[in-house]
Amino acid sequence: MLRITGGRVYDPANGVDGQIRDVCIADGRIAAAVGDGARTLDASGMVIFPGGVDVHTHVAGGAINFARAMTPEDHRRTVAFIRTQTQRSGLGGMAPTTFATGYLYAGMGWTTLNEAAVPILSAKHTHEELRDVPIVDKSCCVLMANNEIVLDLLENGELERAKQVVAWQIWASKAYGVKAVNPGGVAAWKWGKDAKQLSETVEGYRKLTPGTIITGLAQIIDELGLPHPLHLHCNNLGAPGNYTTTLESMKSLEGHRAHLAHLQYHAYGGDDWNTMRSETEAIADYFNAHSNLTADAGAVLFGNTVTITADGPWQHLLYKLTGRKWGNLDVENETGCGIVPYTYRPSNIVNAVQWASGLELLLMIKDPWRVSLSTDHPNGACFWRYPEILQLLMSADFRRDCMAKMSEEAKRRIRLPELDREYSLFEIAIITSAGPARALGLSNKGHLGIGADADIAVYNQDQDISRMFSHPRYVIKHGEIVIEEGEIRATPLGRSYVIKPQYESTIEEYLRPLFEDCYTMQFENYPVELERVEHAELRNCIPAE
Amino acid sequence: MLQLTLKQNPPVPLEAELISPDTLARMSLDEIRALPLQLGKHRRRLDEFFDISGAPGLELKLIGDLSRVKWLGRGMSQGRIEIVGNAGMHLGARMKGGEIEVHGNTGDWLGAEMSQGTIRVRGDAGGQVGAAYRGSVSGMKNGTIIIDGTAGLEIGMRMRRGLIVVGKRVKDFAGLQMKGGTILLRAGSEIRAGAWMVRGTIISLAPLPLLPTFATSCSHNPLFLRLLARQLADWDIALPALDDQGTYDCYSGDSSVPGKGELLIWRPRNGSTVQ
Repeated sequence: MLRITGGRVYDPANGVDGQIRDVCIADGRIAAAVGDGARTLDASGMVIFPGGVDVHTHVAGGAINFARAMTPEDHRRTVAFIRTQTQRSGLGGMAPTTFATGYLYAGMGWTTLNEAAVPILSAKHTHEELRDVPIVDKSCCVLMANNEIVLDLLENGELERAKQVVAWQIWASKAYGVKAVNPGGVAAWKWGKDAKQLSETVEGYRKLTPGTIITGLAQIIDELGLPHPLHLHCNNLGAPGNYTTTLESMKSLEGHRAHLAHLQYHAYGGDDWNTMRSETEAIADYFNAHSNLTADAGAVLFGNTVTITADGPWQHLLYKLTGRKWGNLDVENETGCGIVPYTYRPSNIVNAVQWASGLELLLMIKDPWRVSLSTDHPNGACFWRYPEILQLLMSADFRRDCMAKMSEEAKRRIRLPELDREYSLFEIAIITSAGPARALGLSNKGHLGIGADADIAVYNQDQDISRMFSHPRYVIKHGEIVIEEGEIRATPLGRSYVIKPQYESTIEEYLRPLFEDCYTMQFENYPVELERVEHAELRNCIPAE
Repeated sequence: MLQLTLKQNPPVPLEAELISPDTLARMSLDEIRALPLQLGKHRRRLDEFFDISGAPGLELKLIGDLSRVKWLGRGMSQGRIEIVGNAGMHLGARMKGGEIEVHGNTGDWLGAEMSQGTIRVRGDAGGQVGAAYRGSVSGMKNGTIIIDGTAGLEIGMRMRRGLIVVGKRVKDFAGLQMKGGTILLRAGSEIRAGAWMVRGTIISLAPLPLLPTFATSCSHNPLFLRLLARQLADWDIALPALDDQGTYDCYSGDSSVPGKGELLIWRPRNGSTVQ
């Protein structure tokens, strides 16, 4: 039992905006009151946030592990976590190791994360790594938009059977949601092609287009009633002029729910790298008018990172542009993956446009409930740099200082200099916690109402926003103090959220022969057993009637 | 001058990155005796392995067969280390300035990723001299490494600037993925010199087995060689650069990258010998 007194509480879901009030915790949840025997934390001069929720990050599985293996140079320069009584050893840096990932997220006040891209074939690996990410609660999205079994069914218009297959595969991978990466494009990459336009036929198919894949999956997910909508990485990521593809994708989703991942990478105008500019205004205008959509920013910060994505063709292009290392994975009939270390530089106009675009979207999208903070870790920047973005959002002057170093040419291609909006702490609590929890459909997360999970971050009120959010005074996870006075005090294992959508068991008879024909793995070995998922917690689907 | 004499050869490599002028100059003799060195997974005191004499300062003399002592002078930025005997791997790695002289042989990764300073080895060196560590974008960024004897594989791998001079024949892959700087091979090399080089210069005073991806460009004596010859004269190293002595056959490559590096191979006039 715990009582936190004297702090300013920011709990947007319950309309609490900086009022000083007590927060009581009993049995890991927020309670109306606790007895006199409860430990009391004096939070005078501090602010109290619901624990951060990351709706889109890459922290476990084959791709990030490949990135770790590919970047020994970063391991040499990064700070190491030394083993202690409570803490395992590990490395931070661009692609932190599993245990370090948990420590770094919790060390910043984040208590829930969503691993955004899991091929079913590496789901076992992913869950085993997620088990080794301590403190935080986890969920993951399974990759579906280049799965050849699903694509064949969509090609033939067999939507009902596709729905059964999708439901079976979600449960087989013990996932929480469905991710679509460059729909059709990764399948086409296996022919050396890409899918850049929504209406173009996907290579290797007769009539299937990325548009059909997007609408088909969005409809299936709505019918299955998944708590988190289709998690979409649109076609044509990163390319100049791609905002038209993004607008088309958003239009094709009318009537369905969808979450647009790392929107920054999909909001560019211009015809080529020399003319690339920000088109965030067009994207934000459409987005503002359509409440069926949520998004995360995918913001970019200058510095070193490693880019990883299932979007294989894009990564090949990035490798050609940078001439640096390139890793490419092929995941049989399901997806692919590419890895390229990258350095964002303010002197590079393309990078400057990317940096500005992420911030522009966060500032131009009017409803903070529908846009979450993300860097598409580690693609735009590492997650442990989130406090730097919060500082940029909360201070227009700081943004101007940063832009003063940029070239005039870069400034002509962005809208950021015109934007004066500054986030309040209330809005920061929305984009870091309440909003992403709602987008994920996690009703027990992102707020401090009675009965909610007692995941709480307590920060010193500080003029230096970056310092304030980098070093929480206390972090409480499920009622237990895990960070206190800047030190890790406890490293409990988090829970994994899993959903089991309804499907007919006869679908296995359809899948089995396809498997025996096309996969290198036995059908029986394919699904992840529930016992393999540490502290699994099943969440409900509410199927559409 | 501070003098450290090795008392006993460590059974496994001793990690001694603290033995560097930057660290020792500021310390008392007692502090130096107590400095921690990593031996396998154990932490040991410096005076378990070394006899210490003299006064702490920017000049350091190491005596004994230190071929199992690694990381000497790592990241040093000033001063001088003289080693009378052999030295282990990573000597002068990432050094930023100062001078190292070895009267003996050294292990691999000599001066790896160094950015300034001078290393002179009177004996032989191992592989990866001035190279980039695995995964790094570039190797040595500046500075000079002069080896009187031989050197091993991948010397100057991914180097960006600076000079490496090797007196005797080196092994394969000299200047692998080189991005800039100069390698002078006074007695040539084994196969695949300059593989994947993007820019930079490899000069050989003896015939080299050429990769097929290097194209003949011309024969001449580039002017910069006279400047280089003058610089090398300070170390008593002769570099022929005048027309009456002969010419350099120039090749450009490696076209498989594609790269704009150059290989200069000395052709003496009428059998005049190079020394």
